[in-house]
Amino acid sequence: MAASFKELPRRIVQIRNRSARFGPRNPLGNSTFRTEVSAYRCCSGAAAGRSTHFGFESVPEGEKAERVYKVFESVAQKYDVMNDAMSLGIHRLWKDSLLRLMNPQPGLKLLDTAGGTGDISFRFLEYTRSVREGQLRHRARANQTPSWQEIAAGYGSEGEEPAESRAVVCDINKEMLKVGKERAETAGITTGLSWVVGDAEELPFNDDQFDVYTIAFGIRNVTHIEQALQEALRVLKPGGRFMCLEFSKVSNPLLSRLYDAYSFQMIPVLGEVIAGDWKSYQYLVESIRRFPDQETFKEMIEEAGFFRVQYVNLTGGVVAIHSGFKL
Amino acid sequence: MAAFKLPRYTYNVASLSVNGKFLARQQHTIWSSDHHYGMLYPGHIQTSPLQKALLAVGSGVAALQNPYRHDMVAVLGETTGHMALIKLRNRMRNDPEGYTILTERPRIRLSTLDISSMSTLPDGSLGREYLRFLDENKVTPDTRADVKFVDDEELAYVMQRYREVHDLLHTLLGMPTNMLGEVAVKWFEAAQTGLPMCILGAALGPLRLSISRLQKLMGSLGPWALRSGSRARCVLSVFYERRWEQNLEELREELNIEPPPIKLSAKSKKGS
Repeated sequence: MAASFKELPRRIVQIRNRSARFGPRNPLGNSTFRTEVSAYRCCSGAAAGRSTHFGFESVPEGEKAERVYKVFESVAQKYDVMNDAMSLGIHRLWKDSLLRLMNPQPGLKLLDTAGGTGDISFRFLEYTRSVREGQLRHRARANQTPSWQEIAAGYGSEGEEPAESRAVVCDINKEMLKVGKERAETAGITTGLSWVVGDAEELPFNDDQFDVYTIAFGIRNVTHIEQALQEALRVLKPGGRFMCLEFSKVSNPLLSRLYDAYSFQMIPVLGEVIAGDWKSYQYLVESIRRFPDQETFKEMIEEAGFFRVQYVNLTGGVVAIHSGFKL
Repeated sequence: MAAFKLPRYTYNVASLSVNGKFLARQQHTIWSSDHHYGMLYPGHIQTSPLQKALLAVGSGVAALQNPYRHDMVAVLGETTGHMALIKLRNRMRNDPEGYTILTERPRIRLSTLDISSMSTLPDGSLGREYLRFLDENKVTPDTRADVKFVDDEELAYVMQRYREVHDLLHTLLGMPTNMLGEVAVKWFEAAQTGLPMCILGAALGPLRLSISRLQKLMGSLGPWALRSGSRARCVLSVFYERRWEQNLEELREELNIEPPPIKLSAKSKKGS
């Protein structure tokens, strides 16, 4: 595959910039965004239609979705093991924080987009179930000695079941959903959960369906983030909540350097040793650097039409939870 | 290794593989659709010294825990073998046949072997015995992992050649691919190449053998392998692809390898 001459100027720009960053013994990777990103765009834009980023690479837009699909297809089996290894188990705390912030009451319908192996949905069902049990217990305690009027009033409503919480896991990748289904079976979760293949930019659901929409560690892999946000707005009921858990920018410079060193040195090595796949995890850490920071993302959410957009930083900004409402 | 190279125009990659031979003399940066900077050969991944150290430790642990993870054994070999590879390469350069190999870069793949003509060769010839070995042990030369973490293109080829010659070594030594045979070959390779991964494998391999096999190893196979390994001519320097018709015994004599003291059959493959 001989390189086309059109791509040569881009490669020259790439090489000069790369060598400036990667000297013979410099650690790989650099956290700062470079403006040569826009240089790539204008050079390649002329040659091959619109292009976007795939980690630190530049790829045509049509290609990104396919390459992301391949990455997750190959990591699906070891996804959960790798998450634990890379984040030293902290990703569980992050997901728990998301649920606590959500504080869902029983009877809600959740859309877990890019839900993959189902972590958020499992937690959601567990949370609402324990809240439900608490409510029932409370009600039982309050009804220790009912008067005959209360008993009579209770007769009519026996057929009425309290609304069940439901979670729909939607992911573009069938391999991830397969792993998620297996996990659900092992955990013994049978009711209230459904698995749907779908693209976050074009959800296979009608308007105004869900009470809560979450997307955890998925939105940075989407090619057109604005479209995903608009779809989220569409499928939420009025009053529904949008929540996004995603890697973000670390503001503290010392922590940022440690985080970068860890990301670029350790994580691909872990990927190679545990999953036998260096490149997918190199993509992972690069894609984190390409994602907009907290404020920019907040503006994007507001632009899509959400109100009361807020964000909370976790672990010093390594991860941020953004939340907005559809009114 | 220079970090900054003036961008070279991609010379036609088709010329890289003519009749299965990998022609490349100097270090050219290879452009591929992967856009990975500093890629010295297809499959190359640039790593910093820290990453190499982490890889060495991680792959070592992973390989010990699960010896069937051949990719981890391969990574361990690549990250720890720099000095040994340099010595091997120099040995090859000093040998006329080895020098030809370094220039012509032959690869042993099913696609480059002419199976039908090789099977018509007389019994006892290298080609015929090699095919018999592949058949009996149900292996193929195409399962070798590509080299990823060696930061010099010529050394990467030496490593790749070492991996591809491994099966031929089994044939030369007459060892099957069960645990005992593998350990014997590892001892030979450790004595020959000095690769840390071979030495580690040679030291830890016997731990998984049963007592009777351990006795065979310590008694006759082991010393024979070490002797042959240290005395033999560099096995990587032999252009096997041109010697298929040569008689196996003759080849062994030429390379200074003693014939195996015990005959091991591939049927005894019931683990260790």
